[in-house]
Amino acid sequence: MDLEPLVERLQQKDLSAFEKLYGMYSENICGVINTIVRNNDLAEEICQDVFVKVWNNAESYNSSKGRFFTWVLNIARNAAIDEVRSKSYKNSKKNLSADYFVSIVADDSAVDSSIDSIGLTKLIKGLKEKCIQLIDVLYFKGFTQKEASEKLEIPLGTVKTRNRSCISQLRKNMQL
Amino acid sequence: MDEEKYIASGVLELYVAGSLSEEENLEVYNNAQKYPKIKQEIEEIEGSILAVTKTLSPGLVDGFDGVKRKLAIGDTETEVVQMPKKEVNPIWYVGWAASLLLIAGLVWMYTQNQDLKSQIKVVNQTNSQLEQQIADSYSSLEKSQELLETLRDQNGTVVALGGQEVAPESYAKAYWNKSEEKVYIDAKGLPEPPDGFVYQVWSLKLDPLIPTSMGLLVDFVSDENKVFALANPNDTEAFGITLEPAGGSESPTLEQLYTLGVVSSS
Repeated sequence: MDLEPLVERLQQKDLSAFEKLYGMYSENICGVINTIVRNNDLAEEICQDVFVKVWNNAESYNSSKGRFFTWVLNIARNAAIDEVRSKSYKNSKKNLSADYFVSIVADDSAVDSSIDSIGLTKLIKGLKEKCIQLIDVLYFKGFTQKEASEKLEIPLGTVKTRNRSCISQLRKNMQL
Repeated sequence: MDEEKYIASGVLELYVAGSLSEEENLEVYNNAQKYPKIKQEIEEIEGSILAVTKTLSPGLVDGFDGVKRKLAIGDTETEVVQMPKKEVNPIWYVGWAASLLLIAGLVWMYTQNQDLKSQIKVVNQTNSQLEQQIADSYSSLEKSQELLETLRDQNGTVVALGGQEVAPESYAKAYWNKSEEKVYIDAKGLPEPPDGFVYQVWSLKLDPLIPTSMGLLVDFVSDENKVFALANPNDTEAFGITLEPAGGSESPTLEQLYTLGVVSSS
């Protein structure tokens, strides 16, 4: 399934193309939201809103500005972070914004387990703490290189290469 | 370009993360279009992020139906999709019709308004004409009353001015109120002065003859009652009226003396 024609059809308000793209990315996008809001129902709710935005604003996407997934990811991160910052969320008991995405494994109750803990554990096997943190801020939180270097106290010049090696490890683990 | 080196720099990982600037994004995009190897690398990096994020899915209960509900597209039937559109159409036309009616109404009201405005203008003009007439009547009445007062005044002297050689038929009367130093000249008996000429009234001392100008009978032709008020502080012995070139003269042109009347000594 080729991505670009699908995106073009989406931009022409083709509902079936939209459904295919939803099928391709919804689990991932909702997963990212889930690591931020830490609530399955709320995550799906926000995730639906994100895809509504994708549908409504599809014309504003341009492949020269980045990957389609990255565009949707950006909308999702903003929506989830807005939710966490909103008053309604502060009133709830959960306040895990300082956590990294992997902590969701411990957070996810055994009874209500929806996330693929085994799969995740396999993927991040051997990844250093700094790698997890770097992947978290760059991909799950949308930090810039500068923000990432400040937050994780690593030199700005090494963010790029260090991230590359972290992702390479991830890709190796995928082969296992 | 060294593709390997470019890939090893880690820029593609940041591209997928979305943490590059707009220019950098465009550069990566262009390189990916040019070098299939770079494009493949990007897809693999994205694939690894997709793999990780997929494990974190909250388990979608509602799925795509939930999104469609939020889009208000309805569930599956296409009729449901089209229904609201069809219902909108008549309202659309009614809206257009209403706005056209409104425009027509506004135009009609505008012309009505213009008509009323011009009518008001005409009425106002007539009104001011009438006011002018009333004011004229008042001032005419005042003048007449003043004249009457002068005639009745016991200090008043009436002098009849008889026609002279130039115009034996002409005559005039002077009503002189000495205490108010005012003279009314009734010039009804004078012919209309020719163009470029005007009547001038003189106060005369007789021995020796010293004329003093009292003024002109201005607008002789248009004045209806031909009664003219003039100031006269002089100790007059006789009144004379001469025909003078327009603007009057320093001394009377005696050849053109129309009327003359001597004040009887009282």
